[in-house]
Amino acid sequence: MNRRDILRRTAAAGLLATPAAGLLAGCATGGGGGDSDAETYKGTKSDQNPLGVKEDAPLEVVIFNGGFGEEYAKSHEAMYKEKYPKAEIKHSATQEINKTLQPRFVDGTPPDVVNNSGAGQIDFNGLVSQNAIADLGDVLNAPSLDIPGKTVKDTLLPGAVEVGSYDGRFLVLNYTYTAYGIWHSTKLFGDRGWQYAKTWDEHIALCRQIKAAGIAPWTYAGKHPRYMSWPLIATAIKFGGPSVATAIDNLEPNAWKSDAMKAAADAWHQIVKDKYILDGSPGLDHVQSQTAWCQGKAAFISCGSWLESEQKKVTPEGFNMTVQPTPSLGSSDKLPYEAIRGTAGEPFMVPAKAKNLPGGLEYFRVMLSKKGAQDFTRKVASLTIVAGSTEGIELPFGLDTVVKALDASGSNGFNWVYNNYYRKLERELVDAACGEFFSGRIGPAEFLDQCQRGADSIAQDSSIKKYKRAA
Amino acid sequence: MRHGKYPLIVTFLVPPLLLYLVFVVSPYLQAFQISTTDWLGYSAEADPVGLANFEALLHDGRVWNALKNNAWLLAVVPVLTIGLGLFFATMLNMGGRKGRAGVTGVRGTAVYRMVYFFPQVLSVVIIALLWKEVYHPNSGLLNGTLRAVGLPAPTWLGDPRTAFWCVLAVMVWANVGFYVVLFGAAMSAIPRDIYEAVLLDGASRWTTLRRVTIPLLWDTVQVAWIYLAIAALDGFILIQQMTNGGPNFSSDVIGLRMYETAFGSESKFGYASAIGVVLFFLTLSVAVLALRAARRDRIEYS
Repeated sequence: MNRRDILRRTAAAGLLATPAAGLLAGCATGGGGGDSDAETYKGTKSDQNPLGVKEDAPLEVVIFNGGFGEEYAKSHEAMYKEKYPKAEIKHSATQEINKTLQPRFVDGTPPDVVNNSGAGQIDFNGLVSQNAIADLGDVLNAPSLDIPGKTVKDTLLPGAVEVGSYDGRFLVLNYTYTAYGIWHSTKLFGDRGWQYAKTWDEHIALCRQIKAAGIAPWTYAGKHPRYMSWPLIATAIKFGGPSVATAIDNLEPNAWKSDAMKAAADAWHQIVKDKYILDGSPGLDHVQSQTAWCQGKAAFISCGSWLESEQKKVTPEGFNMTVQPTPSLGSSDKLPYEAIRGTAGEPFMVPAKAKNLPGGLEYFRVMLSKKGAQDFTRKVASLTIVAGSTEGIELPFGLDTVVKALDASGSNGFNWVYNNYYRKLERELVDAACGEFFSGRIGPAEFLDQCQRGADSIAQDSSIKKYKRAA
Repeated sequence: MRHGKYPLIVTFLVPPLLLYLVFVVSPYLQAFQISTTDWLGYSAEADPVGLANFEALLHDGRVWNALKNNAWLLAVVPVLTIGLGLFFATMLNMGGRKGRAGVTGVRGTAVYRMVYFFPQVLSVVIIALLWKEVYHPNSGLLNGTLRAVGLPAPTWLGDPRTAFWCVLAVMVWANVGFYVVLFGAAMSAIPRDIYEAVLLDGASRWTTLRRVTIPLLWDTVQVAWIYLAIAALDGFILIQQMTNGGPNFSSDVIGLRMYETAFGSESKFGYASAIGVVLFFLTLSVAVLALRAARRDRIEYS
């Protein structure tokens, strides 16, 4: 065999080995499942133990190792252990939730608590439609660990339960409370004597002023342009009322082309038309755009309240970022200017086939105790869904503005959940449409058309389970 | 000595064959089975749906869009990479002629050879990150240079007209080095006296390359062609890291579609496996076609 034969044969071998197709299914269906029920741990329910935890049952917790790290979870685990000293706790943290845990779900041996978050998040629609997650209703009805006389449900901020509910069943505990708004630097605005504008016309006038000063009014994550869908939809909801969001969430026909959405898209098109967006933004990812904003190259950016901790390393001293609601379109807006999108985020779940299911639920009760929530806020500078858990804690500047914005918004706060119901709709379809719209390649009508086509394609796909929520 | 042959062969062959069966062949077979189900990936239950996934594929515009991009990669990447690889290898091995006897490369051959090989040493993810910064619309190397000479600075990865071609260029850049070395090694096996004879006959460099070098390298070129064709049907890592298929699906490839369908925005493992099966047959056909189309008579030196 000469060298060329070898080459030729390696090529043939390469043929068999190279395509990634088969590797997709490293684990097969048909294994496990069903028969592991016999080994679950159950204790006797009592007033002290409303969820029926078996005190010596081991508990396995898997944490998404992202912006919040894993230290906060270790202290929650320590609190659990304090209550059940005989329980052994297995803690692990990963950035790849889906790849790490998929085989274990198939096998019927998932962990007891999963922090299903990050880019490797498992699509909740798939999990819910496969009955893979446990109902958390018992946690809500159990008494709070350290707030006397109240059930866990009574201690939560409004909207926290709805976000994790699918067809009325509370399945996903979204632990943090996030506000979505428009951010600016108090220092920059103070130095220049600018005032955040409360109406759209004033906002445009301010943009003109900022641009004249040599700063780009806006920047956004061109690689993840869905960030810009948030203020746009928020503008529409404030203009047309919360039913705008319900229609979108319920995949109602032409929900994306409602009058409110049209008004909002027309308004936002102004910042594209008048070139109020930092040049090159369509080519930036979220880190690059947020960094440009922190460097003072742009005045506004749309983001959720995780922005401050995400930007911690590059934010200049005294930058003092502030969140504000989207400007009102006009006096006929159904919601006041102060209304802001506040929602629970950072999802946790107990798999339906978890061996220590009561333990998983009890772990949530620990997280939702005042002590657990305050510890979290102190460690990661983020709010939780437990009401009043920031009392007595000194918050960083940006987070403090988030608390104030949420307080001002009060019962006018709104939210939408189509991104939880149908991950693909926001992550792929609306995302792509936003990219076209905010780079100026399509106008408002085409933008809404493209979003509507995306929503219709989800509505027509019989393999995707549909959810409805009440107004 | 002969009686000890078979135990030895068996000891060496069985472990790799077993590994290959368990980690390569069996997942393939499973993918075929999964592709006929509606498996959603997080339970042990899946209903057989026959060929419904494949039927859905036929009407899936996003899949066709991704395939179209793979077709472009297939048409452009191998030609460019092999062309550049052959050119550089020739220059390094027989490019220098002025005032020297015999056949040598251009000055600094050793340095070039090393520099060309750099991308091969880097992991693909690093290459993607590196180029993402090079293409940075405001502070990137590329636009910095363009601005310095007064040219317009496009958004590259942020523009559907350029994003795909930017990644394609990186793909060629990342591959050329390996083929320079591969062709270079093959060239050094060509007897020097052939070149000396050609030189005496007064052939130009271009004629030498076309009439002598390429025919003598044909087998190697053929192998390169197959590898690059397979790489062109993939392209997943670079695309996922640099553009994630965007803007507006303009740089989507079939591998990314498969990933998004299973792990990304959905968990339709049955459908994703169907995409995988189609990709398997596509790769196989492309490779067989490449082998067939490139078949020529073999040249023996002596």
